[in-house]
Amino acid sequence: MSASAQTAVLSVSGIGKTYAQPVLGDIDLTLMRGEVLALTGENGAGKSTLSKIIGGLEVPTTGHMLFQGVSYQPASRAQAEKLGVRMVMQELNLLATLSVAENLFLDNLPRRAGWINRKRLREDAIRAMAQVGLDAIDPDTLVGDLGIGHQQMVEIARNLIGDCRVLILDEPTAMLTAREVEMLFEQITRLQQRGVSIIYISHRLEELQRVAQRIAVLRDGKLVCVDAIAHYSSEQLVNLMVGRELGDKIDLGPRQIGKVALSVKGLGRGDKVRDVSFQVRSGEIFGISGLIGAGRTELLRLIYGADLADRGGIELGSPLQRVSIRSPADAVRHGIALITEDRKGEGLLLTQSISANIALGNMEAVSTGGLVNSREEMALAQRQIDAMHIRSSGPAQLVSQLSGGNQQKVVIGRWLERDCPIMLFDEPTRGIDVGAKFDIYGLLGELTRQGRALVVVSSDLRELMLICDRIGVLSAGRLIETFERDSWTQDELLAAAFAGYQKRDALLSDAAPRND
Amino acid sequence: MKTSTPTQALPSAAKRSGTYFGLGTYLGLAGALLAMIVLFSVLSDHFLSYSTFSTIANQIPDLMVLAVGMTFVLIIGGIDLSVGSVLALAASAVSVAILGWGWSIFPAALLGMACATLAGTITGSITVAWRIPSFIVSLGVLEMARGVAYQMTDSRTAYIGDAYAWLSNPLAFGISPSFVIALLVIFVAQALLTRTVFGRYLIGIGTNEEAVRLAGINPKPYKILVFSLMGLLAGLAALFQISRLEAADPNAGSGLELQVIAAVVIGGTSLMGGRGSIISTFFGVLIISVLAAGLAQIGATEPTKRIITGAVIVIAVVLDTYRSHRARRQV
Repeated sequence: MSASAQTAVLSVSGIGKTYAQPVLGDIDLTLMRGEVLALTGENGAGKSTLSKIIGGLEVPTTGHMLFQGVSYQPASRAQAEKLGVRMVMQELNLLATLSVAENLFLDNLPRRAGWINRKRLREDAIRAMAQVGLDAIDPDTLVGDLGIGHQQMVEIARNLIGDCRVLILDEPTAMLTAREVEMLFEQITRLQQRGVSIIYISHRLEELQRVAQRIAVLRDGKLVCVDAIAHYSSEQLVNLMVGRELGDKIDLGPRQIGKVALSVKGLGRGDKVRDVSFQVRSGEIFGISGLIGAGRTELLRLIYGADLADRGGIELGSPLQRVSIRSPADAVRHGIALITEDRKGEGLLLTQSISANIALGNMEAVSTGGLVNSREEMALAQRQIDAMHIRSSGPAQLVSQLSGGNQQKVVIGRWLERDCPIMLFDEPTRGIDVGAKFDIYGLLGELTRQGRALVVVSSDLRELMLICDRIGVLSAGRLIETFERDSWTQDELLAAAFAGYQKRDALLSDAAPRND
Repeated sequence: MKTSTPTQALPSAAKRSGTYFGLGTYLGLAGALLAMIVLFSVLSDHFLSYSTFSTIANQIPDLMVLAVGMTFVLIIGGIDLSVGSVLALAASAVSVAILGWGWSIFPAALLGMACATLAGTITGSITVAWRIPSFIVSLGVLEMARGVAYQMTDSRTAYIGDAYAWLSNPLAFGISPSFVIALLVIFVAQALLTRTVFGRYLIGIGTNEEAVRLAGINPKPYKILVFSLMGLLAGLAALFQISRLEAADPNAGSGLELQVIAAVVIGGTSLMGGRGSIISTFFGVLIISVLAAGLAQIGATEPTKRIITGAVIVIAVVLDTYRSHRARRQV
């Protein structure tokens, strides 16, 4: 077969998906043979949903797909894989207690009369691993003993086994070191030459520009652009993703920045968080930036007592006094609130009502002598629903039925009833659509006007630059530098985020060049 | 009837606390119970009689109070396998106090309940302190409590006489004081679960313990308290049993934990935690007791009884899973 570069492998038309609300609408997209198509967009733009539909993990509400000219309606991931449509997801799909070889061939272990053929398994594994540059690793190593980057490569190798026509990579470099990224890109080029088509999902624009030929940009569930990537500058792409020119500051309203409300001194735990010190004043938003794994969430959890610090501590109040915080209950008593990143896992009682969720943590306010006063409980929930514009059918509605933005407001609402002058937000706008994001920003502004001190962790640098008065950058567990508003640039912030790792990478590559 | 009053008052409360228990659930359980009664009445001429009723009324108070405790334990996502042994432990303690030390019946009863509460507290504390599944901790306590019970009684049944018999002697219509106490326990427990801060926290802990902890509530004391309560109720059940048998048997209650868990699960309380209702549990106890009595009446052999009871448990859980799936899909 002569491989014409312009043969369509997969075409998607009118694809849409509606959960509680439409998350994806009317997508038309064609994937050519042997191309790398970048799929990008903000969090919640619908990238994952679209890729899951193609990968057979979700069934679209509308539209249809053609794969190699034939109608394609995968009912499951297994069915899609059988046809050669493979997906490497962000969450790794490996069994940590089995060896690399066993993981690679789990669905089709070489057998002889029912017994595993160890020798062939090993040989096949070595061949498969060489494809992704994992030659240096023994296939009998347990996956759990590998570093996260290598695990990711194993996952990719696993998907290349057999007939792979379309490979979907969802944020493949999130956990990889620079060297591993290079290796991945080499493999991508080789796969392309073999005629494999790749959908590369990422919002790291510089990567996309290196590896992809065309780009598809999603915004709020709609496809806003499909074109050759070379036609666009990074700034143009960002604007496409966001949909408008972002200003460089949101007016949070008149507020007074007062005395220091929280002083973190030398806080540390293991090598996740190393001796971090900073101060936040009342009425101020202090942003914390950094790469995934830099210790941002861990730092907030230490301040809040959700994990216990090995070293250092915090001071509160005026005058500042050292307080001992050994549990979240202690933190709450001292007026600290934490709005966690993982709303569903750590914030909400999903199967319960809005009122039960808001009342949790406010039980003193709605009960007398241990008895819950349901009328007060409802009134409390209604108050927060009104104040925060939570879109719902009422306090009795289950939280699981709300959109991400409204769920986030429920979590925040829980804290607003109590006197907590210090609020820690971990990724407050993750998975929330753009409109709701601005609601949340407005709310943060409102909180600062009430004189609260806010600490906001976010992966979205532009978000932090938009709302923060100061930004501290964490890298490899250390607070590298703190920037004042108007004295930062995106480049400086990014450079600081990488600073801690460059040092470590250098150390590692000096000491043990081939070891993980 | 006593049981339907809170049902009607609470549908909104049930919805509010996010459980699936409303009037519909209770009607479904009542329907299943009624269907069984009709079935056995058709199959046996003697089923629908005063004597069947009084037999059931006489036997279920133990199961009822144990099932109440177990409902709380399941709601926080735990399980307590030691209840049968703890019951025997309490009974043995009572017998030693009365026969060995010449105590009168009330202090002896208090001692028995205190021992059982202590056993529950130990299970709870170990579970919480070392974050071990309560399944395994209570399995250990099951063995230990049984061992202590044997030790105390020299492995012999101790005849106590009719000192406690008044507890299970019918007052009227086959209803005994122990039955009334059990109903009272159910009433209080349902109020505790749906109307108090304690109840809210339990449901919260069972739904998402980390969310509760991060909301600034320390879940540990509540979890321990639930196991202590389970122990206390096992102690109460021991008194009911002593009063009926007029003896303390160190072998008492062996295998009882499975019957208790079955009754709770038939009622629809989730083994995964976060979801449960005392009233449903009450129906579960009735269903399992009517089933046992009915099967005995139609002359089913012991093996047949076990096969059928087992099947009913599995069917109940399958139906419940189906129901909660559907509820989730409607979301």
